[in-house]
Amino acid sequence: MCTTCGCRSGVMRIGGKRRQPRHKLEGTTPYRATANQTADARSTASANHPIHSHDLIDFGSGVAETHVPGMRQSRIVKIERDILAKNNHYADANRRYLTEHGIFALNLVSSPGSGKTTLLVQTIAALPAVQPIYVIEGDQQTENDALRIRATGARALQINTGKGCHLDADMVGRALQQLNPQESSLLFIENVGNLVCPASFDLGEAHKVVVLSITEGEDKPLKYPDMFRAADLMILNKCDLMPYLAYDLELAIDYAHRINPTLQVIQLSAVTGEGMPAWLAWIEAGHRRMQAAKSKLKDWPPHGE
Amino acid sequence: MHEMSLAEEVMQIIQEAALRQSFARVKTVWLEIGQLACVEQAAFRFCFDILTRDSIAQQARLEILEISGLGWCHSCAQEVPMTTLHDVCFRCGRYGLVVLSGDDLRVKELEVE
Repeated sequence: MCTTCGCRSGVMRIGGKRRQPRHKLEGTTPYRATANQTADARSTASANHPIHSHDLIDFGSGVAETHVPGMRQSRIVKIERDILAKNNHYADANRRYLTEHGIFALNLVSSPGSGKTTLLVQTIAALPAVQPIYVIEGDQQTENDALRIRATGARALQINTGKGCHLDADMVGRALQQLNPQESSLLFIENVGNLVCPASFDLGEAHKVVVLSITEGEDKPLKYPDMFRAADLMILNKCDLMPYLAYDLELAIDYAHRINPTLQVIQLSAVTGEGMPAWLAWIEAGHRRMQAAKSKLKDWPPHGE
Repeated sequence: MHEMSLAEEVMQIIQEAALRQSFARVKTVWLEIGQLACVEQAAFRFCFDILTRDSIAQQARLEILEISGLGWCHSCAQEVPMTTLHDVCFRCGRYGLVVLSGDDLRVKELEVE
């Protein structure tokens, strides 16, 4: 188990219900001899003759060239697989589902305490009640955030990742099944408060939105560049505290643009409402684009189903 | 510290390959980890060691092939080497390089028996 955050052994809960991982790791795999084993054994490597990259494999120099029946042969198996392939596969499925149903999904990421939940509560209150709003809340423990969201009238589902440090696409896919959001709705996914791990895990969202509060220091984008690179929008939150802080807003934006030159920036205060109209307009524009994508998908089914 | 999740993914890839390609033991695992990937190699090795205990990859050697970072500078319209995500272009000194490669995480090959 990871001693820092113990990602592996936590108990995942969706909506309070205990969930098992979809793919259980098995302890051992039994050996099964196959007919083509000798042929496979032709590409070999040994401890004395390690193979360091695919273009160094020498088919002629291995032990298998002088094959002795019954002798164990080592061989090289080509894998060439992205470590995040499985997550990306689930993320693609989520993205397809969301697009087919015209659901505009945002993945809100930040360090803990940047004001994501407050921003969501205020956003839900401020958005016109045209389309239904759903929220998936990710936290290691407690249902506190989902309760805060439900108080606004929006439907919220809490995912407790146990000891996991991020949401993954499989968790979100299963949460979507349980939420069963209406056509053309809005979905906010509030990720676990963590500026590192959620950057690597695509959930199938339309955009990652990174929330940076101005109490955190201007150089957060340089310290945690992966997240700012993965995001499409940065929200500079708690701007009402500006008079009390020696915060260089321009510097923070400049740092973020060093990592991601196309990152859009909105400055706001979720508490006072200052800057909120720009954020609401950004959401509505994205929602309109999603409706266009949905009708395009309907007109021309690309998968021939 | 998502290295544990990534190490779990590697173990799953190994186990799927074991079923498909019929091997009983993994002696070496070659991974490609890009210089710009969000992975701490020491943490990854630590997690990998723990996860491979009592598995077909127990005591397997972990070989990490580091892939150099390569970016694109819009101002120079040329490729430039990158070692961090906030590197400047060595020609014009501007920020905002677009990553072309070096953010990969791949299981490349296994030595098995």
